[in-house]
Amino acid sequence: MSVNERETRASSLPDPFVPIRRSLRERIGRPKVSVVLSVVWLLIVIAWAIIPQAFTPLDPIAGNAAQAQQPPSLEHLFGTDATGRDMFTRVVYGSINSLSGALIAVSVGFVIGTAIGVIAGSSRRILDDILMRIVDVFLAIPSLLLSLSIIILLGFGTAQAAIAVGFTSVAAFARLSRSEVVRVRGSDYVEAAFASGGRFPVVLWRHVLPNSLTAVLALAALQFGTAVLSISTLGFLGYGAPPPTPEWGLMIAEGRNYIATAWWLTTLPGAVVVLVVLAANRVSAAIAAKGRIS
Amino acid sequence: MKYVLGRLGQAAAVLLAAFTVAFVLLQAMPGDALMIKFENPELGLSPDQIAALRVAYGADTPLPIQYVHSLLGFLGGDFGYSIQSGTPVKQLLAEVVPGTLLLASLGFVAAVLLAVGITILANLPGLRRIADVFRALPSLFVAVPVFWLGIVLIQVFSFQLRLIPVVNPGPVEGLILPVLTLAVPISAPLAQILIRSVDDVLGYPFVAVVRARGAGPWWILSKNVARNAVLPAFTMAGVLFGELIGGAVVTETVFGRAGVGRLTEQAVSQQDTPILLAVVLLSATVFVVINLVVDLLYPVLDPRLGARKRGIARISRERKVVAV
Repeated sequence: MSVNERETRASSLPDPFVPIRRSLRERIGRPKVSVVLSVVWLLIVIAWAIIPQAFTPLDPIAGNAAQAQQPPSLEHLFGTDATGRDMFTRVVYGSINSLSGALIAVSVGFVIGTAIGVIAGSSRRILDDILMRIVDVFLAIPSLLLSLSIIILLGFGTAQAAIAVGFTSVAAFARLSRSEVVRVRGSDYVEAAFASGGRFPVVLWRHVLPNSLTAVLALAALQFGTAVLSISTLGFLGYGAPPPTPEWGLMIAEGRNYIATAWWLTTLPGAVVVLVVLAANRVSAAIAAKGRIS
Repeated sequence: MKYVLGRLGQAAAVLLAAFTVAFVLLQAMPGDALMIKFENPELGLSPDQIAALRVAYGADTPLPIQYVHSLLGFLGGDFGYSIQSGTPVKQLLAEVVPGTLLLASLGFVAAVLLAVGITILANLPGLRRIADVFRALPSLFVAVPVFWLGIVLIQVFSFQLRLIPVVNPGPVEGLILPVLTLAVPISAPLAQILIRSVDDVLGYPFVAVVRARGAGPWWILSKNVARNAVLPAFTMAGVLFGELIGGAVVTETVFGRAGVGRLTEQAVSQQDTPILLAVVLLSATVFVVINLVVDLLYPVLDPRLGARKRGIARISRERKVVAV
């Protein structure tokens, strides 16, 4: 290879000292149809939670007894219940309970779990061992039983159920963040950052956290779906929001008394829960896949 | 041998820690279930009687003594008394364990069959076109709330098709829907791991060799891939057990079956902490034992792992010699 040739090849390579900044569009690439649909669906449900009035003119609590037990129709998309309340309205107004509950749950799991994981991953062996054994204990108790133990302590209610569900994801967040911290800590650039005089908290903030963000985000999306599912389960068992609240799980529990005559009272709210969980899991998988490629 | 002992010690440590966590959560925290029950004015108990009852339940002894007392009790199989009924928790559990055991084991078998079925359908040579449908099934199963699935199954099979009577079904008929309800969510993670490991094994060089020697896809799948692909599924056993317990709580509530799950649900509604404490600890024990057995058996089932582990042990011993 002649000198000349080598030079032209070198100039055709990107300049190593200019960071390659790709736009968000480039980074996301061409999204799959299922992912787009999932995102759109989640946005609709979030809109339900923020501005329910825009989607339905009716009241979620006050019923119209003259229109009780009507099957789904154009007027009442999801039918009406025994007291004449419009089920679609109740599902729309119920989204705020499920979404905010899931948000609280994921935040609890994320904050406590990541704190444990980061401390464990960045400390000496003894503390690391102790913290991870505590996490093992949380894993050993089946998640529903763990949340029931916390519910019995905190009492029943929407926020209590959300916190109880949050504790079940502490172990997953702790394990992931610990392994990410350990992985990134062993990499050359972190060693270089330490060598050039970086203090631990700064290095953690500038190098370790951004590099483990994708994996944590994917887990958060996954846990969001799981939390919606668990919160509706607790609501169904009667440990969440008290009755007339339009909570999805509670609505299904109330509709249970009418399964012989009114299938729509249980089937349709449940289908909404399935779709929300499915969409959250799909988005989580898409984030995780992107993380593996780039 | 040293590995086995170490692993046993670790399991015991996790169990002791689980007991401590559950004790702190359910017994030491201020939400005093005894007071809730006995200070109810409808019972009309005098403060003296309440004090006597508190002594009888041991609620006023210092916490460390309560802790040691309950720990020894649990080790000896004594789980204390239900606050609501005063019956020994052990007796309450003994009454309902067989029913749940039957439901859970049938549900587990059904889940395994379902998961294997999905995996086969997703890899069937003739069904390449619609394989994606079967590959998507586990993600759908994961997203379905167990309680809702139970209700929908009752709706379809009992009320629409009238196949299974709602009132007084026979012992076998009465089990079909609960078992199905329990099996669907359990089968999902199992099918996911099976499908992934079949894909992995199909990429191994030895499969290419077998294919080059003229084996058909069925032969490869059943004779060569199956044995290798099943192994990773064993590591799921502990997690699946947890799902079974959670599923049993919901399924038994939906179908109104007596069982550990129903007992747990009622215990939470009535703030009967001793029952919940016993259920939590029993399931943690089973979880830890399952994981212990899987960990100890895995090297036996997968000779490659055993060899690697022995290799590691040899290296560490050599290092020790050097250090001395």
